[in-house]
Amino acid sequence: MATETVLEEIEPARRPRCPRRSFLGERLIESFLRLNGFVAIAAILLIFLFLFKEGVQAFRTIPPGRFVESTELDFDNMPQTVRMWQPVSTNPKYSLVPLILGSFLVALPATLIATLLGVGTGIYLAEVAGKRTRELVKPAIELLAGVPSVVIGFFCLATLATLVQNAFHTTFRLNAFVGALGVCFVIVPVIATMTDDALRAVPGHLREGALALGANRWETVIRVVVPAGASGLIASGLLGMGRALGETMIVLMATGNAAQVTLNPFISVRTMTATIAAELGAVPQGGEQYRALFLVGSVLFTFTFGVNLLAEMAVSRMRRRLAL
Amino acid sequence: MKRRSAEIIALSALRGIALGVLLATLLMLGSIARGGASSISWEFLTAAPIEGMTRGGIFPAIFGTLCITLLMIVLALPLGVCAAIYMVEYAGNSGLSRVIRASVNNLAGVPSIVFGLFGVGFFVLFVGRSLDRVRGGGLLFGQPAMLWAAATLAVLVLPVIIVNTAEALNAVPRSHREAAFALGATRWQTVRRVVLPQARSGILTGSILSISRGAGETAPILFTGCAYFLPRLPLVHLSIPFTGLSIPMVNPLDQFMELSYHIFIMATQSTDAALTRPIQYGTTLVLVGLTFLLNISAILLRVRYRRALEAR
Amino acid sequence: MSRAVVLATPRESRPVVPGTNPAKVSFQAMSFSYPGRQALSGVTLEIPEKRVTAIIGPSGCGKSTLIKSINRIAEVGTDVRVEGRVELEGLDIYAPGTDLVDLRRRVGMLFQKPNPFPKTIFENVAFGPRIHGASRGADLETIVEKSLRQAALWEEVQDRLHSPALELSGGQQQRLCLARVLAVDPEVILMDEPCSALDPISTARIEELIEELRQKYTVVIVTHNMQQAARVSDRTAFLLNGDLIEVGETEKIFTNPSNRKTEDYITGRFG
Repeated sequence: MATETVLEEIEPARRPRCPRRSFLGERLIESFLRLNGFVAIAAILLIFLFLFKEGVQAFRTIPPGRFVESTELDFDNMPQTVRMWQPVSTNPKYSLVPLILGSFLVALPATLIATLLGVGTGIYLAEVAGKRTRELVKPAIELLAGVPSVVIGFFCLATLATLVQNAFHTTFRLNAFVGALGVCFVIVPVIATMTDDALRAVPGHLREGALALGANRWETVIRVVVPAGASGLIASGLLGMGRALGETMIVLMATGNAAQVTLNPFISVRTMTATIAAELGAVPQGGEQYRALFLVGSVLFTFTFGVNLLAEMAVSRMRRRLAL
Repeated sequence: MKRRSAEIIALSALRGIALGVLLATLLMLGSIARGGASSISWEFLTAAPIEGMTRGGIFPAIFGTLCITLLMIVLALPLGVCAAIYMVEYAGNSGLSRVIRASVNNLAGVPSIVFGLFGVGFFVLFVGRSLDRVRGGGLLFGQPAMLWAAATLAVLVLPVIIVNTAEALNAVPRSHREAAFALGATRWQTVRRVVLPQARSGILTGSILSISRGAGETAPILFTGCAYFLPRLPLVHLSIPFTGLSIPMVNPLDQFMELSYHIFIMATQSTDAALTRPIQYGTTLVLVGLTFLLNISAILLRVRYRRALEAR
Repeated sequence: MSRAVVLATPRESRPVVPGTNPAKVSFQAMSFSYPGRQALSGVTLEIPEKRVTAIIGPSGCGKSTLIKSINRIAEVGTDVRVEGRVELEGLDIYAPGTDLVDLRRRVGMLFQKPNPFPKTIFENVAFGPRIHGASRGADLETIVEKSLRQAALWEEVQDRLHSPALELSGGQQQRLCLARVLAVDPEVILMDEPCSALDPISTARIEELIEELRQKYTVVIVTHNMQQAARVSDRTAFLLNGDLIEVGETEKIFTNPSNRKTEDYITGRFG
């Protein structure tokens, strides 16, 4: 009897009530956040749009063929075909050939050297370095990645170019090779970090299996781990090349900025990026050269986009291969 | 035995490569430090340049860099964090999330000079001129200004913030969210009270890294607001009504000096390179020191955050 | 004291000749510690040659560590402390200067989860012979075929030797891993719960193989499945919390164990 009274006197538990309007608040917040998400998408789309919109306008006054070569009169007043980029002149020339060649003349050697050094460093970090060493070296690589490219460009201009000239006896102090070495500083950390990530993603039981069969450390690395992570390594090289093609400040300061059609890395060249950077400031808006520069930007963007796409395909291929 | 010697040679070669890379980095930084150490002084850091950059200090450039990175982070951080929250917490694995992720990856791969083209073509000429047209009366927004340079940099560092924030959010264990939901919390309440507090370190790391990136990038801001020799600071004095006093405020529509831009112009276009060389080195040293400080703090933060995570 | 319940009938065909085979591997008061925890304490155990020895015990008792210390895989990637001796045919394998590569060729291992390399079937089996420099060309093909036959996999894969190993089923992958081990011609085969990730039919096939393997190789098998231990092994060792509680002929362990704890484990009172 006493128990029943006690039970009656206890208050029913107070259930917290959800006010109706918080539901609307939730939807508003979600919409706001979604809007922000769209900004990221909008950004890349706008860049794409504005770049190509202005670039395509270049074809309004310059026929497409002129972007490869044009004719000019030589000293004997005979017409000859030239491939030059010389927008400021009585006969403006807009050949993209020297610029594209210049970009690749810097990017390809840089990527080759940097892949060698970067993959080597990446393998070292992932497979050879002890735990404590790794904790020192990996941040050191990340710090290198954080050095502004203008600083590296300055180093090339002030010091490296002289070293190279003394070593190789080049005629031109500032040339594609110096630029390529400078670009190496930028892309080695990119390649090293990606290689390290790719190799660490290879599951440990593969290593154990190889060791248990009597393979030594090097054989395990080179015959099992690296092949398993190969797509990731390829992706890192491609990404490095994308960065190399897009690099501006170093090439602006170190390659000499002379637009010529050449395959000789020891003379001055001019890349697509340097062209835009050097000329955009001095160009009247909306003019022919202005639009031509946007076209150069579009061509550059297409190259880097293509390379990055290949890299992404390689990464997803690696993921599929290991996820089995 | 042949196998053992092959192993020894190969492992040594790998060690050598890594060592070589580190040494090259040290040499580069060392040469800058050596060239610039003599220029660093209190005066250098706090005075304005005089005599055509051959003497004096670089304070305006330091001030300009601080202003622009601050403005950049104010623009980019809320945008990036919200985008990342939406991508991770709300959109999950849907198509939209994948599209955002793809956009971010593509943004990260855009060459910096293309950002420069975008900054000029979109921000200065399109947005700026449109604002002027709406406003009526002359050219104010449609010209190079700190605001547009900061906006360009903000778009550039957006991927850094989004990626770091997303990583930090993903590191929060799913069970925490499930526990919150099971207690009746709404999604936003869960995000705000459970997930975000734990992701704070990652977001901070992302911010620091993007500030470092913003301070170091030159190409995107070459034409959107930098000036080489600007004897005054980008300030405007706002007068407080009724008091006769005025407070200096940063004027985002002004041009400004900036460290990386300064190095570039001085190194390539100064009238007397030999005389300005010490200042070039000094400025470079200051910029390197600044970015190093930022990057090291980001790394230390990440290390501490990871240790705390493992301790849980 | 209640009698131990017979959980499985050991096969009658197995000759019970205790103690006549010399010890292939012997542990002498061996202790093994990982950083921060001790995995094995003072284990003294002899593994007889050309017999199947099973190691049983509850989770965390140290059975994996025990066999991984025979081919010294346990110490990969971590700092360990080893006291006492572990001998392979009388030679201390923890002596400084021991050739790990040779040790691991002589002592092969089958892992809990099949771990074929992401390569072709042929390449997986040929991996061992290739690195040990033995062979190329026709020799290699002979070795690969022989190993795949021994692992009872040849019939199923002979037409697709150059297709990816990861396309095989779980049971086939484990037999492939066995072929991979056999290809280096080991003396001892360690098996770390080789059937725990497999279905019953694949498990039965592996157990049949073990029965054949014991004619040529010394087999040490770790299993948490006591029925399996009773089915395939000649001798059984029971580990608990890093201590060797009891070891003896399998039939005796499962029908009349000497130690109370062994009996409790076998009858399912714990673990």
